[in-house]
Amino acid sequence: MSKQVRLIPPLTDEMVKTLVMGDQVLVSGVIYTARDAAHKRLMELLDAGKQLPVDFKGQILYYVGPSPARPGRVIGAAGPTTSTRMDVYTPTMLKLGLKAMIGKGKRSLEVLAALQEFTAVYLGATGGAGALISKCIKAAEVVAFPDLGPEAIHRLEVENLPTIVINDCHGGDLYELGRREYARGR
Amino acid sequence: MRQIEVQTIIAAVKNAAITANYEQDEDMLAAFARGEKEEESPAGREIFRQLLENARIAREERIPLCQDCGLAVIFAEVGQEVHFVGGDFEAALQEGVRQGYREGNLRKSLCHPLTRQNTGDNTPAIIHTDIVPGDRLKLLVVSKGGGSENGSRLFMLKPAEGLAGIKDKVVATVAEAGPNVCPPMIVGVGIGGNFERSALLAKKALLRPLSDSHPDKELAALEKELLTAINDLGIGPSGLGGRLTALGVKVLMQPCHIASLPVAINIQCHSSRHQEVVL
Repeated sequence: MSKQVRLIPPLTDEMVKTLVMGDQVLVSGVIYTARDAAHKRLMELLDAGKQLPVDFKGQILYYVGPSPARPGRVIGAAGPTTSTRMDVYTPTMLKLGLKAMIGKGKRSLEVLAALQEFTAVYLGATGGAGALISKCIKAAEVVAFPDLGPEAIHRLEVENLPTIVINDCHGGDLYELGRREYARGR
Repeated sequence: MRQIEVQTIIAAVKNAAITANYEQDEDMLAAFARGEKEEESPAGREIFRQLLENARIAREERIPLCQDCGLAVIFAEVGQEVHFVGGDFEAALQEGVRQGYREGNLRKSLCHPLTRQNTGDNTPAIIHTDIVPGDRLKLLVVSKGGGSENGSRLFMLKPAEGLAGIKDKVVATVAEAGPNVCPPMIVGVGIGGNFERSALLAKKALLRPLSDSHPDKELAALEKELLTAINDLGIGPSGLGGRLTALGVKVLMQPCHIASLPVAINIQCHSSRHQEVVL
């Protein structure tokens, strides 16, 4: 049965292994953001043998491009973007030690295999709940690629960001399970 | 000729873009409230609860409904007795979008397709203009998210594939899109016309009120049948499994070439944002 878990990075393999598809996970602490444009930059740095602006070992990456903060606010709307655009870069990120990703939507077979190989987890946040999720973000700063604007890498301090385990490191796939449970006929 | 100052148009577009991104329309809120009651899956009910809460926070605390504040699409119906003064009509629409996205703290999500350099002000908006009888200007400002647009498809079917082929493509497109397009979704289907017109019909279909059904009996039945078939997929809110994958299916149709059967499927996420202004 699914359980409620509080997760604070850095994450270890042992922590990741306890997470099972369907678990409700509240994420707190420091997480990093990146969309595909930032991933591409990271890959270019790796290819050039340069150091990355963030050490992703044990970290959680949130696929989000927030809307601008109003004066006096930390951040604007900040819901997840579609994860599949990052699929091509994800196995490399997991090899670097990244332990969890927050996004929405299906991942590629290569990513699902890499989650098992590198003991990592894919968490889903509610797509389109940008205002709701914004309330969980207590601090935000750009730490790399500021020229990318909303696509820059941000360091976020979050409190109880609500997510659910979509793909665990044991091969579990909540999208597939959920769909099958409610599919009819055809 | 009735004169309309383009400054009025700029202000109207600006306000419409801002309102659309902060205030979920009643149609959608009613559908969320219904979903929270009727969805069988507990995870799905929780998503509806979150969407209602999200809409409340957006309205009260002035945080956009979604961080993807969309590409602005403007449908303009220009009365043929209208005379624009004080500037260029299309430039005014673009300026309205520019001001709305800047002053409304909305995300600028447009870029050069190849360099991916952001244009910085969310322009150019996509503008569709129709000339109609009368002396009014009707503007429908739409903020269309990228995720649901990516899940949309266009097919040039063989006429022999007929209605069965159309249904297959609609359901297959939704099945493939699944959780990626932020369900519960609205599905716009454009049948006929030609290559580009079918896509436009699909997009226009999304602008119909969620609660209406097609005035043509057969197309109304088709909408209902497609909605059932889509909801039988089991994808559910947020893709977590459930009965409510789509909140509505809207079809628009027009004649096509004897050699063709174009069908376009435009998907709208649950963050359906549009505002109408009549000047």
